[in-house]
Amino acid sequence: MSKLKFASVWLGGCSGCHMSFLDLDEWLFDLADLVDVVYSPIVDTKDYPDGVDFALIEGALANEDNVEVAEEIRAKTKVVASFGDCAVSGNVTAMRNPLGDPRKIIEAVYVDAVDRDPVYPEREGIVPPLLPKVLPVHKVIDIDYFIPGCPPSAAEIRRALETLVSGGSGHAVNEDIRPG
Amino acid sequence: MAAIIDLHEVAERELEARTRYPWRVKACASTACQSAGADAVVRSIEATVAAEHLELDVQVVPTGCMGLCSRGPLVRVLQRDVDTETMYADLTPEVGEQIVTSHIKAKKPIDTHVIDEKMPFFAGQEKVVLANGGVIDPNRIEGYVAHGGYLALQKALTSMRPEEVLDEVVASGIRGRGGAGYPTGSKWSLLAGAPGDVKYVVANGDEGDPGAYMDRTIMEDDPHRLLEGLALAAYATGATGAYIYVRAEYPRAIQRLDRAIRVARRSRLLGRRILDTDFDLNIELRIGAGAFVCGEETALISSIEGKRGQPNLRPPYPTEAGLWGQPTMVQNVETLANISSIINRGGEWFSSIGTPKSTGTKVFALAGDLTNTGLIEVPMGTTLRHIVEVMGGGVPDGHEFKAAQTGGPSGGCIPASHLDTPVDYESLRRLGSIMGSGGLVVMDDRTSMPELARYFMEFSMDESCGKCAPCRTGTVQLHGLLDRIATGTGSEGDVRELEHLCQVVRDTSLCGLGQAAPNPILSTLHFFRDEYTDAVSGKEPADA
Amino acid sequence: MPERRTAVPVTFDGEDFEAYDDESVLQAARRNGIAIPALCYLEGLSVWGGCRVCVVEVAEDHRLRPACATPVKADMEIKVHTPRLDSYRKSILELLFAEGNHVCAVCVSNGRCELQDTAVEVGMDHVRYDQQAPARKVDASHAKYVFDHNRCILCTRCVRVCDEIEGAHVWDIAERGAGSEIIAEMDVPWGDAKSCTWCGKCVAACPTGSLFYHGKAVGEMEHSADIIRVLASARGKGEWLSPEVSL
Repeated sequence: MSKLKFASVWLGGCSGCHMSFLDLDEWLFDLADLVDVVYSPIVDTKDYPDGVDFALIEGALANEDNVEVAEEIRAKTKVVASFGDCAVSGNVTAMRNPLGDPRKIIEAVYVDAVDRDPVYPEREGIVPPLLPKVLPVHKVIDIDYFIPGCPPSAAEIRRALETLVSGGSGHAVNEDIRPG
Repeated sequence: MAAIIDLHEVAERELEARTRYPWRVKACASTACQSAGADAVVRSIEATVAAEHLELDVQVVPTGCMGLCSRGPLVRVLQRDVDTETMYADLTPEVGEQIVTSHIKAKKPIDTHVIDEKMPFFAGQEKVVLANGGVIDPNRIEGYVAHGGYLALQKALTSMRPEEVLDEVVASGIRGRGGAGYPTGSKWSLLAGAPGDVKYVVANGDEGDPGAYMDRTIMEDDPHRLLEGLALAAYATGATGAYIYVRAEYPRAIQRLDRAIRVARRSRLLGRRILDTDFDLNIELRIGAGAFVCGEETALISSIEGKRGQPNLRPPYPTEAGLWGQPTMVQNVETLANISSIINRGGEWFSSIGTPKSTGTKVFALAGDLTNTGLIEVPMGTTLRHIVEVMGGGVPDGHEFKAAQTGGPSGGCIPASHLDTPVDYESLRRLGSIMGSGGLVVMDDRTSMPELARYFMEFSMDESCGKCAPCRTGTVQLHGLLDRIATGTGSEGDVRELEHLCQVVRDTSLCGLGQAAPNPILSTLHFFRDEYTDAVSGKEPADA
Repeated sequence: MPERRTAVPVTFDGEDFEAYDDESVLQAARRNGIAIPALCYLEGLSVWGGCRVCVVEVAEDHRLRPACATPVKADMEIKVHTPRLDSYRKSILELLFAEGNHVCAVCVSNGRCELQDTAVEVGMDHVRYDQQAPARKVDASHAKYVFDHNRCILCTRCVRVCDEIEGAHVWDIAERGAGSEIIAEMDVPWGDAKSCTWCGKCVAACPTGSLFYHGKAVGEMEHSADIIRVLASARGKGEWLSPEVSL
């Protein structure tokens, strides 16, 4: 049996979910027997391939690039999971939402609070513009599986991956897996 | 103690006084005509009368609503010797002057402004609660008394036991005119049977549906009819105190009711030993503070108590523990305005009007895309088609009728295919709408149903009190979904979610406001689903 | 005071149980070990009936009823879990999460929160509705406590406990609908509220991380809503707590 194609992606989040994924330690060897990691922050592929069996999306949609990547993943992947609270709910990434216009927030940080050479960081094609509001991933693409947690524990990630490897989808919430 | 009014003497004197003038000009002084410039018209008529030295020949009387509000300001000219009445519409101060100079002086009516009172708008009506509209001066008790006012109270207090009054109301079959249609007699029986020495009856004048002004008209134009109904309700149920709760947006109603209460007290029609019987009753006015939810009876009671106007859990029902913990009955203004006629003419007479299950008449505020809009009072069971096409004169400007909305933000839309529905409680409910308080808005083929639903949801969202979570937050989300759908940025998933959330809000909200808030959506989804699916077509659902 | 209560048979989801005729459906369920999620209800306080999470179905009645405010009747057939009820509860939880700014990861009550627990209990793994992201205040003016309105679900436990148990009535609700908020006195900063007795009952009663002690970091704030039941019942019996028991 050929190995499943597995991908993970890091959008508007802190990479803590991926760190927790790495906490799977020696089980990663077992996983490696089952899947090929075809795209991930921890491997060196530049382009998202076609025909991916399942993907974990870490992070919320905070800018236009995030939206493009999410849409590409959805188009090229059978089962997509929201991986961690930022992807599931926006979480910390979305804490800017109540503050309103993102330009004002960037100005406050990169211009107003800077003493020397304050500059608003923007360059077309280089710095992706922020979305007016940070969105959970399922607000833009269909999501098949939700793994809440900030971060989800390694044990919960393993449980989710075991479900995904066996072709399952659905809802992951239980006593041990919860937001926060 | 003030002298007791002699109803017959006052009536006779009042009728006799009217015969002194060969001409009487009745000018509608109700809110709709006032906002159309009635004051200026009346001033012009009075000035012309003075200028022509006709003060002894022409009496100018302000009256209540004549009904055809879309043609206001309205005036009726009565010529005594030939016993004719001429109704004028669309008046301006200039035409007001001509009424005196041309019609009265030269006996030449101004044909361009005359309207035929035999037209279907008027001919199809049967007036019980609006009988005095356009007839009497709302500020003078003598006018009400001249038309049989307070005879029912006198009859009840002097010759009927409270149970007999209650029996008549039960026999009449009248149901609450505020929306839900609870049998009035049953409610009265509950209060009458409730233990306790202190009980209250409350008139609910917190009419808040957009476009509805039946209760306002009753309170403004015939305040004593409400007072008499309330006094009869108190007598029949053993209530010891009475309140009228009026929304603050009705300043003219408040002013006229306040005056009516003082005059009635002076005439011993309220207060201690009413009409020299053992029956005491004071009626107090309470003014709302601009919350639609205070039309809900438990919220209204909280508001009268001086608390935050938000609904409370039932049970206990107000008839068990209401105002200040005492048994309390809240009754819609229009319901109470029917009571004096029921007592005067008997419950059986009343039940002969309308349909077996929805007896009597109902006042509707016709609005929207109709040739004739205004207030009508029709027997229950009149078909929607008759109201819209015959009385309302149909949809103007060559457009097609699309739907009639009843029940305001708690009601639903009735499409053309159901125009032959008789307007009664059960028929409207079967169509997913409600009778409501009597707002009836007609829409032509240019109306977008998702936009209409959004409009009503915005209203419910703004008016949610915030006590229960599904209404407070659900209406916000429903409005957001409708906004996306109506502006063409929604998805099929949004429509599915809209339907699900409607059920959540309908089934789990605490009070009627939340429970009924999804009705405009559910009803338009039912009859005009295409408009929702078209609005979101070509888009992929974002989330299942 | 002798207890005069009559035991009556009821069923929860088809199983027979015994309830007392002076209980609410929610009380009877909890005494029998049946979990009905509820957020605004707190034993010892008046019944508010606002969160609607505890809605149950009673046979022969098409309407759902809040278990907290529905008196038990003999032979009542109560359904706690049906597909409809479960989906409604989940929706209401999602609505509450969408309404405020609930960021569990940075919340003092993370892991010790009734709102979070209830979300797990009803199976909420994501929120379908749009996050409202309202701009709300954090009132840290009180020397001992903080009120973070971002996490408030308007259950009014604080309002009721302050009024009914402490008798101070510091809190009340201002505005209406989605704009509703809990205010101290006539909308003054909590630290300026002279009627506050610093008793901490509102903090104890809070089901979320909205009310907490200064200095608490993520996950460190433990509420003790049960203390309210103890206080109310002690007061009802004319007893009081020994001095060493503090909130």
